[in-house]
Amino acid sequence: MTDSSPARRGDNTSLARRAWHIRRHALKMGQVQGQGYIGQALGIADVLAVSYFHALNLRPEDPEWDGRDRFCLSIGHYAIALYAALIEAGVLPEDEIGTYGMDDSRMPMSGMATYTPGMEITGGSLGHGLGIAVGMAMGLKRKDNPAFVYNLLSDGELGEGSTWEAVMSAVQHRLGNLIAIVDFNDQQADGKTTDALCVAPLAPKWEAFGWHAQEIDGNDIDAVRAAFDTARNLSDDRPRVIICKTTMCKGVPFLEDREITHFVRVEADEWDKALTYLDGEMPA
Amino acid sequence: MTTLSRRKSKYEPRQAPKDGKATSAMIASLDAEGRDTVAAPFGHALSALAQTRHDILGLSADLSKYTDLHVFAQAHPDRFYQMGMAEQLLFSAAAGLAREGFTPFATTYAVFASRRAYDFIAMAIAEEGLPVKIACALPGLTTGYGPSHQATEDLAIMRAMPGLTVIDPCDATEITQAVPAVADHPGPVYMRLLRGKVPDVLGRYGYRFEIGKAKEIRAGRDVLIVSSGFMTMRALDAAEALGNDGVDCAVLHVPTIKPLDVETIVAEASKGGRLVVVAENHSVTGGLGEAVAAALMNAGVHPAFRQIGLPDEFLDAGALPSLHDQYGLSVGSVVQRIKEWL
Repeated sequence: MTDSSPARRGDNTSLARRAWHIRRHALKMGQVQGQGYIGQALGIADVLAVSYFHALNLRPEDPEWDGRDRFCLSIGHYAIALYAALIEAGVLPEDEIGTYGMDDSRMPMSGMATYTPGMEITGGSLGHGLGIAVGMAMGLKRKDNPAFVYNLLSDGELGEGSTWEAVMSAVQHRLGNLIAIVDFNDQQADGKTTDALCVAPLAPKWEAFGWHAQEIDGNDIDAVRAAFDTARNLSDDRPRVIICKTTMCKGVPFLEDREITHFVRVEADEWDKALTYLDGEMPA
Repeated sequence: MTTLSRRKSKYEPRQAPKDGKATSAMIASLDAEGRDTVAAPFGHALSALAQTRHDILGLSADLSKYTDLHVFAQAHPDRFYQMGMAEQLLFSAAAGLAREGFTPFATTYAVFASRRAYDFIAMAIAEEGLPVKIACALPGLTTGYGPSHQATEDLAIMRAMPGLTVIDPCDATEITQAVPAVADHPGPVYMRLLRGKVPDVLGRYGYRFEIGKAKEIRAGRDVLIVSSGFMTMRALDAAEALGNDGVDCAVLHVPTIKPLDVETIVAEASKGGRLVVVAENHSVTGGLGEAVAAALMNAGVHPAFRQIGLPDEFLDAGALPSLHDQYGLSVGSVVQRIKEWL
């Protein structure tokens, strides 16, 4: 462990509290624009808290430090969630929340590497992230750099054929330094992912391709932390996937109860309502 | 079923023609009798460069023997990546390697890079200006295998991509010089490749390749042929033949399609009322011809102007020399049409 390991970087703030902060930052950004992929951000907040405050080795003041673990977001519309995590991690300043999605912002609506410190790749065109992550993992191996490459992708993105080209390639090139995280919330633009293109059975599919696969509740922080530990500490050179079943809008019950769609509509007065609710639920 | 295909009905019986040419191999030779050739200039140039440039990597999508990358793979096996028959991955992974500080040369056929992998080149590579070098065999009409392998619109596709430098080299000399120049160039490059036994023509003219520079290979008073790729070879042969008939042709070679050397092209086209003929191994839609036309119009220069290129069609299969005659890329065809236009 270097002096930049998350354990040393952070204080004693619990992962639950980190996830709570990430949800708050995301809601505040959503409030700025009156819109945003808040359902996904609330759903993935626990996974991001574990990523940035337990698993990832990084130096917030030096986002391009060569020893960092790379976190590649292929789902560009999840940018609001990653900005929230980067703010909480100290990579982005909290006082720029008001610029979210505005002209000249470093935090545009869809995540792009050229705009945002800590945003490793340009997402948005789905099915790109895992292939780029494969190349980065190959490059790290060439450099004898022990860092990991993470790729957060969505269940809908498993419909892209290019994802499976990358899945096969990661095994071919023995990329034990690659960890894919699938956010399985069963929602894509036109409805349920499971109604669109058959992604089941999930873990056995990845295993059949030669990956080490885990399927967990992505809103159970202890389970997420254990899965990341397992993925990082495997001794073989299989690439690893963690399939995280998440609940859209997790943490704000009146939004969780709403008819869930890919793009959850939040009325103007509901942003404050959601923030007020969260304020009353601050974890230890 | 009724279709809009312009081809002869597939139900019409045919007979073997008495003087028919055999179909070409997948990659037909562009050799002319008695012409010097160099074997696998791309593979040898990249291998030589990699001896001093340790950031150079070679990636293939199951076509290393058909892009001459196998020469590099043999010379530097530890720096060669076989990515399998997966072009979307090929370019995504090349982008990832470039992010980690390497200079990957990703190779396949021009049809697969330009058609199948466009979104991946655009978003993973060009949008961020990553130094991935895309080197593609079978450009334009260089195979008789039909539209699946004939990249007749690759320059139009790649020219339209912001941030991409596009190069269409003529011969072995130019490919050999272009490889280090492309590697030194800070951004992404799309480079067409001739492979196998590649004719060597430009060396005797003392030619030096520079990215972004058009070069006059031959002076002439009556006609200015502006050409790229192997059509410069054909233009030089046509100019020789036309010279014997008293028609004096200049040849301006434009290997960099983008960024276009507008200054030189406009200056040359402004000289002395010459017929300007653009000759390219590409569809007349969206390639060098239209790029030159736009440059001249924008500069207010209006010479008599003609295009030699492939029609805006899916082309036929057959023997390459027959196809070059049929579609107007052969020396004889170039000579005949220029005479008609004068």
